[in-house]
Amino acid sequence: MSATGPDTAGQGPVRIVALVARREITTRLRTKAFAFGTLAIVAGIAIYVLLINALFSDSETTAIGVSGQATHIASQLEASANELGLEADVTTLASAEQGRSQVDSGELDAAVSGAASDLEVVAESELDERLHAALTGITQQQVLRAALAQAGVDDPDAVLGEANAAELDVTTLEPADPEEGQRLAVGAIMAFLLFFGISTYGAYVAQGVVEEKSSRVVEILLAAVRPWQLLLGKVAGLGLVGLIQLVIIAGLGLVMATASGVLTVSDVAYATFAWGVVWYVLGFFLYASVFAGAGSLVSRQEDMQSVVTPVTMILVLGFVVGINVTMADPGGTTAAVMSLVPFFAPMLMPGRIAASDVTGWEIALAAGLTVLMILVLTWLGGKIYRNAVLHMGSRLKLAEALRPSKV
Amino acid sequence: MDTNTLNVVELCKRYGDVTALDRVSFAVRPGELFGFVGSNGAGKTTAMRIILGVLAADSGEVRVGHAPITPGMRARIGYMPEERGLYPKMAVLDQLVYLAQLHGCSADDAHTRTERWLARMDLRERRHDEVQKLSLGNQQRVQLAAALVHDPDVLVLDEPFSGLDPVAVDVMSAVLREKAAAGVPVVFSSHQLDLVERLCDRVGIIRDGQMVAQGAVDELTSAASSTLRVVAPEAPSGWASHLTGVRVLEEVDSQTVLQLEPSTDEQAVLRAALETGRVTEFSKQRPSLTELFRNVVTEGSQQ
Repeated sequence: MSATGPDTAGQGPVRIVALVARREITTRLRTKAFAFGTLAIVAGIAIYVLLINALFSDSETTAIGVSGQATHIASQLEASANELGLEADVTTLASAEQGRSQVDSGELDAAVSGAASDLEVVAESELDERLHAALTGITQQQVLRAALAQAGVDDPDAVLGEANAAELDVTTLEPADPEEGQRLAVGAIMAFLLFFGISTYGAYVAQGVVEEKSSRVVEILLAAVRPWQLLLGKVAGLGLVGLIQLVIIAGLGLVMATASGVLTVSDVAYATFAWGVVWYVLGFFLYASVFAGAGSLVSRQEDMQSVVTPVTMILVLGFVVGINVTMADPGGTTAAVMSLVPFFAPMLMPGRIAASDVTGWEIALAAGLTVLMILVLTWLGGKIYRNAVLHMGSRLKLAEALRPSKV
Repeated sequence: MDTNTLNVVELCKRYGDVTALDRVSFAVRPGELFGFVGSNGAGKTTAMRIILGVLAADSGEVRVGHAPITPGMRARIGYMPEERGLYPKMAVLDQLVYLAQLHGCSADDAHTRTERWLARMDLRERRHDEVQKLSLGNQQRVQLAAALVHDPDVLVLDEPFSGLDPVAVDVMSAVLREKAAAGVPVVFSSHQLDLVERLCDRVGIIRDGQMVAQGAVDELTSAASSTLRVVAPEAPSGWASHLTGVRVLEEVDSQTVLQLEPSTDEQAVLRAALETGRVTEFSKQRPSLTELFRNVVTEGSQQ
């Protein structure tokens, strides 16, 4: 009977793995969860982009109203606000009262009245720091000019000009990065997408393993294919679906953010996108065999949560702590160390690469450690899976599943 | 020995202190229907799972012809596990095509065969339905189709008749006969001994992990102790009690019921009866497989 079968397609392991993977992909892509999930996240990113866009265009100019004696400082205010990086739009008002009511209604950001030496400012909740500085400067100059004149200085303006011209000579050791905010945002979004992708599709692996066990179909499957072929096919198939979703979401997000002008650091974003794909693959393979091993310990869907939760907790912990540490100080030691730990690296490293300058050896070390851990966990998870997948009934203890001669 | 003969050689399997299989051997030749009977927990399922490679034996071997079985050969077996199972949310057609492909069929081939079995099982209209939406009877049909869709070279079916309605039992019987006629070795286990007796060329009775009887149903029943009914009106009471290899089961009026050991010649008993005078009735009754099975199993529990 060895080769007497009328079929010619054969039993090559590559073909078997591909068949299993294809079933996972077509089954998963057909679900409503995939379409709606992708759509929901893309919509979420679109709304975020639009919101940022609206906020940015709103706060581009600061509307200031001047009334009474303060009308004299209108041009001076505009100039010194500009100097401090604030685009001010100064309008003249009929009265201080009108200013107050317009600030209240949100038409104005601030209303200024009173003499130059004794300005009164009305703002809604707080005064923009730069506007505060500009107004204080004007007041101080006014007071100074009066004092100089009183002291008998012939040309107070010349003295003031001289004083204004005096400048500090500042040397910055770590030049401020005007794009840091954007880089942090890109890094944070990528970290979230990786966390979401790895935890969702990892859980699907566990779910798939339990489904095959609870429906008992696994025995028919394992009569035809080897356990490692079934497991690898499942992991590869689900991993690919997760990758497709990540590429769709991140790609559309990138296009939307760049097109709307929210994102100006497109080279950082593209690099993060590429790194995200690489780390997704590493992270998914790291966690997939753990999820598969965990899933194989139980025989019923109802028991799945109890074995999957510990794995998910590691992911949640790594993401929540990691993202906070990284966002606070992407170049700091804690962030650097966390991004080297194999369980966290896949979620944190791309974010760190986006938000700060990560050296090549750090990336290489993190990737190397992760690959090592993948090898260890795949061996361990595969062993547990092989021993536990045909065990029906009560939940299997980890130690029992690891015993060599269980099956 | 035929190259397609399924040979199970000296299989042993222990679970802790429990011996599930103790040097179990049997052979199923091409075209032969082999019935595997035994009480629950006797080791039938364990043996079948080892044949399929789903379980590893502690020692012993499964061979096809003379060569040890390979994963490629196992994929050419049609298997129905005791615990039925299919993907509940997968459509009937997709499921059968997928299983056929896993067993080595090309995509075209898998579709052709699936369509043929769907027609045979009267499931064509349900082909796009999820398995979980089918009635239990129809699910059983899909399960049988799943075992047969890749046109297997060997059939190993664990309790294929359990849970089937009478019509499905007929379909299943016909399919098994047909596959055997096509030269496929067929092994199946069942508790329905009348069915086994009717269908099988040979049977194996397993008890506590040991194969205790094996052979053609005729051989086994004729080899087993049979009963003899003798009506000799003039015979004195106790006329048969001195005969060797004979046990008197019952003696009422002129009728005597005797149990013969397998080696006892019933003609000697007849001569002894004739010596007492007239013999008006003399009939030998072979035990049915059910009785044989009961005897074999009871012998075991007495030990």
